[in-house]
Amino acid sequence: MAETVDARGLSCPQPVILTMNRIKALGKGSIEVFVDTDTSKENVSRAATSKGWEVKNIEPDGTGYKVTIEKA
Amino acid sequence: MRVKNVLATRWGIIAVGAIIGILAPVLQKMGNPGNMGICVACFERDIAGAIGIHRAAVVQYMRPEIIGFVLGALAAALIFREYRPRAGSAPIVRFILGVFAMIGALVFLGCPWRALLRLAGGDLNAILGLAGLAFGIWIGTLFLKGGYNLGRAEPTYTSVGLLMPLVMLGFLALALIYPQVPGEPASGVLFYSVKGPGAMHASLIVSLIVGLAIGILAQQSRFCTMGAFRDLILFGQTHLFGGIVALLIVAAVTNLILGQFNAGFAGQPVAHTLHVWNFAGMALAGLAFALAGGCPGRQLFLAGEGDGDAAVFVIGMIVGAGFAHNFGLASSPNGLGPHGIAALVVGFIACLFIGFTMRKKAA
Repeated sequence: MAETVDARGLSCPQPVILTMNRIKALGKGSIEVFVDTDTSKENVSRAATSKGWEVKNIEPDGTGYKVTIEKA
Repeated sequence: MRVKNVLATRWGIIAVGAIIGILAPVLQKMGNPGNMGICVACFERDIAGAIGIHRAAVVQYMRPEIIGFVLGALAAALIFREYRPRAGSAPIVRFILGVFAMIGALVFLGCPWRALLRLAGGDLNAILGLAGLAFGIWIGTLFLKGGYNLGRAEPTYTSVGLLMPLVMLGFLALALIYPQVPGEPASGVLFYSVKGPGAMHASLIVSLIVGLAIGILAQQSRFCTMGAFRDLILFGQTHLFGGIVALLIVAAVTNLILGQFNAGFAGQPVAHTLHVWNFAGMALAGLAFALAGGCPGRQLFLAGEGDGDAAVFVIGMIVGAGFAHNFGLASSPNGLGPHGIAALVVGFIACLFIGFTMRKKAA
């Protein structure tokens, strides 16, 4: 099962902090980050990219998005 | 899914900062107060004066820029399908943070936007303000690293997110029904300044259009002065910082072109030279912004895109302006208010209490 981060409803910069913490804990792999705003979607994507992770997929999820990031 | 949001790219936010850097000094040229082409804190304070929450005669005006910020952000959010009505993340805390953010900002005499615009106009006192802002935000990042978190907002009724824009439409309606009468301190239910910064303003239509334009651009670019410092300190990210650097440089150049640049410490418009208190005032404001997750401008744009908690922060700032002037907490060009220092102490205690005790982990 994929690792998930649920950042829905959290204000800046919590979605990025949660994502960064999980990235640090895992080192590599795949994480599904759930966010509720476009701002969080962009911030999480930018943070992941800056850590050498790849944004594999962004799809609508409920009223928000599921951002899938990966590092091989 | 729509095409990529260009304004949210590195160059996008730099462009938005640059556009604000042009528009703010132009607003000043067209009548707004010195080095105050746009100041979210000052203008919310003027709105508080216009509706009589405080009765400081020199700072009363229904500022159309603030109305435009919220309505422009709403328009952008609706057009680009980013409107997300949400609320319920510790509103009382956000209210208190808004109150003390305003109190701190009015000890310095400006929000972060105005701190940048003051520096861009040659007011070197703003350096102390910006240093204080960075210091306050740095304290905020320590809390964030320690797990500080106000909990989740929940999706809610569409109409919840519309309340703040509707309040702003109501304010606009009042300004149109009771327009300023030259030389008169009131018009209908609204108060107006006859002299002082509150009497200095561009025309309603120009202010409103510029406000709407900035509201649209800033909502899309996520422009945030607090976030600029926070992301740099917390993550080493320079994305948002590019926006405020662009604002500073372009505003300085625009001021030079318009003949509004005047370097020095003494005699700057709507400013004082008490370095320690310029620093401390903005440090309190910066801490409150960091704990609330956005600078005052950003809170307006969030309120426009449906964030009910940001709306509560905005109302906190407007009420805070009432306290600041009714209790003699706000500074003036003559120096500190009689109880400004006491208010800063209380504000820091309140913010530290919030920072230390609210570490609920997101479930």
